[in-house]
Amino acid sequence: MKKTYKIEVDCANCANKMEEAAGNTPGVKTASVNFMALKMTVEFLEGVTPGNVMQEVLKNCKRVEDDCEIFF
Amino acid sequence: MNKKQKKALARILLAATVMAALSFLPVSGAIRLALFLVPYWIIGYDILKKAGKGILNRQVFDENFLMAVATIGAILLGEYTEGVAVMLFYQIGELFQSYAIGKSRKNISELMDIRPDYAVVEQNGSVKQVNPDEVETGSILIVSPGEKIPIDGVVIEGSSTLNTSALTGESLPREAAEGDEVISGCINMTGVLRIRTTKEFGESTVSKILDLVENASSRKSRSENFISRFARVYTPAVCYSALALAILPPLASLCFFNIPPQWGMWVYRALTFLVISCPCALVISIPLSFFAGIGGAGKAGVLVKGSNYLEALASVKYVVFDKTGTMTQGVFEVNGIHHNKIPEEELLRTAALAEMYSAHPISKSLKKAYGKELDKSRVSDVEEIGGNGVTAKVDGKAAAIGNGRLMERLGIAYQDCSQAGTVVHIAVEGSYMGHILISDRLKPNAKEAIAQLKKSGIENLVMLTGDSRTAAAYTADELGIRNVYSELLPADKVAKTEELLLQKGEKGKLAFVGDGINDAPVLSRADIGIAMGALGSDAAIEAADVVLMDDDPLKIPKAIRIAKKCIRIVYENIYFAIGIKLLCLLLGAFGIANMWLAIFADVGVMVIAVLNAIRALFVKNL
Repeated sequence: MKKTYKIEVDCANCANKMEEAAGNTPGVKTASVNFMALKMTVEFLEGVTPGNVMQEVLKNCKRVEDDCEIFF
Repeated sequence: MNKKQKKALARILLAATVMAALSFLPVSGAIRLALFLVPYWIIGYDILKKAGKGILNRQVFDENFLMAVATIGAILLGEYTEGVAVMLFYQIGELFQSYAIGKSRKNISELMDIRPDYAVVEQNGSVKQVNPDEVETGSILIVSPGEKIPIDGVVIEGSSTLNTSALTGESLPREAAEGDEVISGCINMTGVLRIRTTKEFGESTVSKILDLVENASSRKSRSENFISRFARVYTPAVCYSALALAILPPLASLCFFNIPPQWGMWVYRALTFLVISCPCALVISIPLSFFAGIGGAGKAGVLVKGSNYLEALASVKYVVFDKTGTMTQGVFEVNGIHHNKIPEEELLRTAALAEMYSAHPISKSLKKAYGKELDKSRVSDVEEIGGNGVTAKVDGKAAAIGNGRLMERLGIAYQDCSQAGTVVHIAVEGSYMGHILISDRLKPNAKEAIAQLKKSGIENLVMLTGDSRTAAAYTADELGIRNVYSELLPADKVAKTEELLLQKGEKGKLAFVGDGINDAPVLSRADIGIAMGALGSDAAIEAADVVLMDDDPLKIPKAIRIAKKCIRIVYENIYFAIGIKLLCLLLGAFGIANMWLAIFADVGVMVIAVLNAIRALFVKNL
């Protein structure tokens, strides 16, 4: 399952870090952050609840870049 | 400017004024330090806070940390002005970056301003304005002059002129009258149209295009991936080198050469390193270039589905074309009837009747040439044989209408035509009755497009067609293409493309250009599938990597030029930014570059790279 979320982040390198952090979250197969469009596309593993996984993703992203937001 | 940016600007101005005033004050020692901490705090408090949080989260090497260490270090060394100035310029750079990106985001979304805000629905005699999302298929819409057509549909009343420039980049308006299919995103210019919708909003052309454009830069190019990997290694590497630079030379001079260690000087050089170590210029300018390039291409009526395709398009060496509908207009006209054993009128009628149910362009032209009402009861047992033709019973007699292959298959002797074009042979009850010559016209810009492609360094131009050898050779000659493969079935086209893919070698890419109607397998097999005339053809939008919104062949070389410009800018930025940074690191290590130059290496390079990236947006004169 693939979903796209709107995000808020200020710098391009921070977006790269968010992408890495989101990709390393359990339950996420791949994550891609599009800094220019301010969007994060997350592909989830089979059988997970996107809402729960996204909470972890946000937590991990906040750890690498305090000043970011994901709207889900 | 948004609120955040205004606040940043205010802080920059305030800190700069305070700092300028302080440098004229004749104070020294602890008071001077205390005074300089005021502008430092004004400009840098958020950076210091973020750096602190970064350390707590074990994310040490971010730019906030680097800036904090560099500036605090400078202040500790007594270089108050430089400490504050580094922070000040860093913030100026951040502000500029955020402003430039916001601006280009807006520019590009304005380019693709085709999303309709509302739809006017007619229901039980009254009209009502609703959200396009809520309109059901089959509803009746009223579109007044000046409004966008919100949803794809068919005109049921009225006629008007439509402006399609937002979709195609083409300024020539189109006519729409009763019975015509119209596409969402066009602007109605002259008359009121009543339209019956044939799709939901989400399935309409506008939604598909917007979706495609918005998701385009999510498919990352090789250069973008390279830069993310580079940034990951670069920052820690420079930080460790800074640490080494601060410790090793003084220790060495102390232990081995017995000279004073000069700690202050080496620490200053190390701090210079830290200022240079931020990879911002690269990390921002590469995706920005691609974003601008894709936006610019969209404005010109060329939709590119991802940065990776833009990159591939720039290194295209082989261009393979379909003939019909791509290089020719696909509008067939009956040009002659030869070797007929029965009257021309009767031959044409037999052909038109047998092909009655077919939607193939050839059948359409036969029906058009016959021009009279077709009686369905006279035809039965219609069977279409793909790539061959049609067999049917016309007035109870077995008729076979098709190309030479069909005649061979049925074992009927036929006569070939000496003229160029598509030949339709007709046999009734197993005996040959003659043939009809149908020919196509070249698109007006086809020749110019081929010439431009040759000029832009395409090594090999190949034309593939299902058409007869004579027709193919004639068209190819007219266009100036030497490599032609004719009489190919759809599967043969795939096989031929695979052969060419093997032949072209690793480096160059192969692009296939088709009209998307029956080329889907080849479009997806080629390195880059380019579909043209895609306005209204969902299959083409799905299958292709690059979509040309109208059917002008000149868009092909234009798309390649846009891609080349974008990639050139990307490489300029990569070499320029990495080059300047390495040079400054080197100069910094030998003490030639001071912190001011380091600030230039960081902020200046970023500003120049961003400005350069935005150039990719301008594609009009390419």
